[in-house]
Parts: sequence; C-alpha cells; structure tokens
Amino acid sequence: MTLRVLAAMSGGVDSAVAAARAAEAGHDVTGVHMALSSNPQSYRSGARGCCTLEDARDARRAADAIGIPFYVWDLAERFHRDVVEDFVSEYAAGRTPNPCLRCNEKIKFAALLDKALALGFDAVCTGHYARSDGTVLRRGVDPGKDQSYVLAVCTPEQLRHALFPLGDTTKAEIRREADRRGIQVAAKPDSHDVCFIADGDTRGFLAERLGAAPGPIVDTAGARVGDHDGAYAYTIGQRRGLRIGTPAPDGRPRYVLDISPATNTVTVGPREALDVTEITTGAPVWLAPPPAGPFGCSVQLRAHGEVHPCTVEPGPDGLRLLLATPARGVAPGQTAALYDGDRVLGSATIATTLRP
Amino acid sequence: MVTYLDHAATTPMLPAAVAAMTAELSGLGNASSLHAAGRRARRAVEEAREIVAEAFDARPSEVVFTSGGTEADNLAVKGIYWSRRAADPRRRRILAGAVEHHAVLDAVQWLAEHEGAVVEWLPCDEHGRIAPETLQAALGDGTDVALATVMWANSEVGTVQPVADLAAVAAERGVPFHTDAVQAAPHLPVAFGASGAAALTLSGHKLGGPLGVGALLLAKPGPRLDADPVPVLHGGGQERDVRSGTLNTPAIAGFAAAVQESVARREAEAARLAVLRDKLIDAVRAAVPDAVLNGHPTDRLPGNAHFSFPGCEGDALLMLLDARGIACSTGSACSAGVSQPSHVLLAMGAGPARARGSLRFTLGHTSTEADVAALAEAIAPVVERARRAGLT
Repeated sequence: MTLRVLAAMSGGVDSAVAAARAAEAGHDVTGVHMALSSNPQSYRSGARGCCTLEDARDARRAADAIGIPFYVWDLAERFHRDVVEDFVSEYAAGRTPNPCLRCNEKIKFAALLDKALALGFDAVCTGHYARSDGTVLRRGVDPGKDQSYVLAVCTPEQLRHALFPLGDTTKAEIRREADRRGIQVAAKPDSHDVCFIADGDTRGFLAERLGAAPGPIVDTAGARVGDHDGAYAYTIGQRRGLRIGTPAPDGRPRYVLDISPATNTVTVGPREALDVTEITTGAPVWLAPPPAGPFGCSVQLRAHGEVHPCTVEPGPDGLRLLLATPARGVAPGQTAALYDGDRVLGSATIATTLRP
Repeated sequence: MVTYLDHAATTPMLPAAVAAMTAELSGLGNASSLHAAGRRARRAVEEAREIVAEAFDARPSEVVFTSGGTEADNLAVKGIYWSRRAADPRRRRILAGAVEHHAVLDAVQWLAEHEGAVVEWLPCDEHGRIAPETLQAALGDGTDVALATVMWANSEVGTVQPVADLAAVAAERGVPFHTDAVQAAPHLPVAFGASGAAALTLSGHKLGGPLGVGALLLAKPGPRLDADPVPVLHGGGQERDVRSGTLNTPAIAGFAAAVQESVARREAEAARLAVLRDKLIDAVRAAVPDAVLNGHPTDRLPGNAHFSFPGCEGDALLMLLDARGIACSTGSACSAGVSQPSHVLLAMGAGPARARGSLRFTLGHTSTEADVAALAEAIAPVVERARRAGLT
C-alpha cells in the first residue's frame, strides 16, 4: 500500500537512507528538515549536531539524490519549550532528563507527526534503529545502534504512524548503502551529545540559565566534605569534577549518590552505594497491553545501558520495579523502558530509587 | 503541467534575451581591452547601455551595470551614504521605507551597526504606502540626511509608491533619493529622468533577462546627486569608476534584449496581466471567502496578488500547492529555508499570525487563464487542509 510519508531528515546518513528506503518501497515521500533553533548558528556546527545550516543543506542534497520534494519546517519554538526548557527545569529539579527521548516524544512524534497527519500524510519516517510493524516495536538488529530505548516513550497511536526503515540493518551496512545511493553525508560521524549545547559544556549551559546556587557536598553520614556552585550541575553516578577537599576515610573514589534540590545538597559516597534494586515510576505508557498483576520482564534504564531482569508491580500512580540484579547510577527523570526479549512493552519515568 | 505563479521571484527568459545572450557567449573579447576583440565586446555593452538608458528615460552615462539588484541597492545605499558623509560629517541619517526589500533593508541596517548611520524607518499605511508627508516630516531641514530610499513597487504585496512625489520632497531638501525599481520595471512606466530620483535599481531576471545582471541608474553629479557614490567593489573601475569588475558582456546583452522587448510590450502586457490578476483575486475570494487581499486594492503591480489565509501557515499552503504543481511564494525572507513573519506585513499592521499565513501569487509573460483556473481549483481544498494543521 502506498503511503504518503513525511521523512524527517536531520542531515545525517541514517534519516537520509531511511527516506530513500521509504521512497524505494513505493511510498510517496516528502522530506522535511526540522529547524530547531531560531538562530541556527548557535547550535552545534558541522557534523555533530542536527540543527545547523550545514545540516539543512545536507538534508536537502540527500533529498535531491533520492528525488523527493524537500522543505524546512520551523519547529524552533516547540523545541525550545518542550525540549530545551524541559531539560533545564528537570536538572533544576534534581532529575536527569534525556533530551533526545523528549524530542521524540514531544517533537518528532507529536508536533511534527500531528502537523503531518493534519496536512494529509499517513506516517512519519525516521532513521531510528528499531523495528516496527506499526503495532509491535522491537530492538534494531544492530546491538550497538539499537534506538528502541529512545522510542519507548511512544504511544500505540504514535507508533501506528511511524516508519523505521533501518531496524533490520546494521549501521555499517547503512553507511555503505548511503555511499551506493550517492548520499553525500555518508562520511559524517555519528551525532553525539546534546545538540542544543553548542560547546558540549552542559554544566556551563545550565549555570548560565539557572545561575550560581552554592551549597554543600556531604557524605552518607551527612558530614560536609565539599562545596558546589549548583546541585543541578551534578548527575547521579558522576565521579569526576566533584572538587571534594576531604578525601574519603578509606581513600576510595566517591560518586554522586543523591541530589536534593530542596536542601541544595549533593550527597557522595562509595561506588557500591550507587546500586539500586527498586525503582518507582510515574504513570507508564504501554505499547503492549500489560497483565493486570505483577509480571516479569526486563528493564533498560538509559540509552545503550544494561538490561536487568525485573518484576513489575503496577500501582495506582505508577510502577514498582524490583530488579533481579542491581543497577548502578540510576537517576530520577530517566526513563525505564520495559522489554520482553527484544520487544518494547512500554516505558515510565523514574520517580524514586531505593538501594538494597 | 506546472502552474508557475512566482514571476516576482524570477520570470522565464524572453526568447530574444536567450538569443542575444547565447550569441554573445561565443563572442570573444574583454570590453575593456583595446584591440579589435575588445572593441567588439565594448560595442555590445555600449549598445546595451543605450537600450537600457532609452527604455528607462536615462542617459547612457547614467547606466552602471552591476551583478544584479542586490549589488545595485548596496552600491546606492552604502556608496551614497559614504560619499555624502565624507563631504559633510553631519549627514548620518538614512530615511528608508519600512517595507523595503532586504537588499536595501539589510544594507541600511549594516550602515547603522558599523558605519554610524542613524536610521529612520518610514512607516507605511495599511496598504504598504509611504506618504510623501511622512518623508517630508522625517527630512527636517535635510542638512543631516545622507539619503532617502523608498522602493518603486513593493516586492511582496505589490503596492506602488508615489515615487515622483517622494523624490520631489527629498529634492526640496537637497537630499538624494534612491528607489529600488526591480519589481516595477517589468510592469510600470519607470522613467528615471522624470522620476527625479538620484539612483534607481534594476534587475535583469525580473524582466525576462538572465540572472546575475542588473543596473544602477545613477544621476551624474549635479542637482540630484552631489557626488558619485563611493565604490563597494574596488578594482579596475570599469563602470564610471563606481563599479569594478570585467563587464559581463553576454548577460548585459541578454539584459538589454529583455529590456527592449519587455518595455516595448509593457503597456499591453500590464493590461493583460491586470485582467488575469483580477480574475485570480476573484477566484481565490470565491473559493476562500475569508481570504484577505494584502496591499493596495488598486494601486498595485498588475501581476501581483497577495493574500493572508486566516488560520493557515504559509509554509503549509506552499507545500500543499507545490504538491499539486502550483508554484507560489510565502514572500518572506529565508535563512536555511526557515521563513520569518514578513516585515512588510508587520509594517502594514498585520499581526504575526496574518503575516505567517500569507501567500504571494505573481503573474508574468507566460501566465495564462489556465494558471488561474488551476489555482482556482486547488486553493479551497488546500486552505481547508492547511487550516486543519493550523498554526504551529
């Protein structure tokens, strides 16, 4: 069946090949590059980001090579509100957000998809490495590139209107395919880091927006071992850059265990104190209908993170996840993605963590 | 079949222009060379200069060939500002229309940011017209004004300005007046001498000539312009020492051929386009009753129809029409293809939503009834669809 497909084209190789594959499959494809900054120069330049003038040009040239119409859509306001401001306020609240996941949830499969559907498109196509038949979402076959985690926030309705043509292929093959198709971005490195932080300095970016808020760094006994300029600049599990004056009594390295925005306190302690065995979450989003009672599955807590067997106990406000093996460095604000084998069952945002 | 309703962006080259340019492409010689080949090229350039001068009521010595409208605007605005300020350092004010094309707008803005210019944007009425009284009030006694610039006809909404009156007001105060006539030249009787302007911008590809060529009609030093502008491009001084660069003989020949043909049939063509344009306006209004026609209701370019479609985004409308083979424009400035709300509509008092939900349809020498019919058929479903997508 021929679909009217809107291909989101970042200017990178993956979304370009995804668009080419959708066109080759016989769909009526239109390429759209999302302009996510009202001042494109302020975001990452060159190959590393997804929202520069150069990226817009690369996307346009890929569309030329594929032979599809191409437009730039200005989604800067929505992106700023739903991703950038969310990123800052989550850090301010002591949580650790994943902006790429938020961008999928609020921009690609919300703002962009809604507009596409209203304009008469049937689906949005992206270059994510995941497999979907419209109802079941599975991991991509390339374990190193699998992006099902950042798509686990999608609702069934969003998934129904999403095409992921790359899930059955490895990244290495996609690069070769791009070359073969004459898509010039083939040699670009993968994008990493946060696209809207131009210099990669997340701490500086947050400090500029949240200002200095000096406070104590304490150990697990509550003794002050150092000072910080803003608790928001820390993430749970962080070891470097703590600037602790007093060494630990046992001389071992210390890690951020907890961030309390209420008291503006950062708690540090030994590595094993990072172990988490129980997690509570906010309201889940299910891609597969969940059993009524507790059930066993596996959980992934960050992009490309470890997978832990767990028991899920649905509750009135969210889930309780009991991990069979301890997870390290789990932070509120992160997304817990639930899997049955390689199938995504659903996801929920981590609210609290409990240590054994 | 493509329905091309974007002639104000660029219009197909006239066959005579293609022929003249093609012939010149295989001709030998740099027009500045002294030998026979150079003289041959020079002759082609000078014949072209005479054609352009005659067509626009200028003397051949007043024609300065440039690489296009943007360069001509930059030369006029920056060059006249620099020369006037050099002669009298008090002359730092620039009076410019609020609805100018970016080639003027950004040149003026640049002078304000880097060269100490003091800019006064001349406000317009709801149709985009700038009243001579507005310019008069802004001029004061004129002693501190470097130049005034107001376009002949607006590139987005097509409104025609009272250029001769504006130029006369500036002349009373001894202030040189520049006008960008890029959009007016293909359709209106643009007469440089009679207009009283000190400088006038022309573009080749808007009137059926090739891309990459244009001219600044520039009064010789005298009552209208006290001194030649300071060059923007320095070099061989090929054009009256105010513009350097090897003369682009093929493009200049093509430009002149287009000027000759377009001016010869301008009156009849303008009348034909006005009829077609009115049909287009009626068709759009019949299909979309709440569509708002922007610009002056009558005193507008014959090929221009510019609408706001309430509740729609211009980009969405453009894409949906493009998918049906209809080419038009949102008429706004682009960077990386991202459109900003049009400064022209904002200056006319439109809110950002009306400014974003607008489309420009422009007719030209290849336009036919079939083009209007195609738009008439497509516009209602397209607007309905875009309305569903709303303003994001």
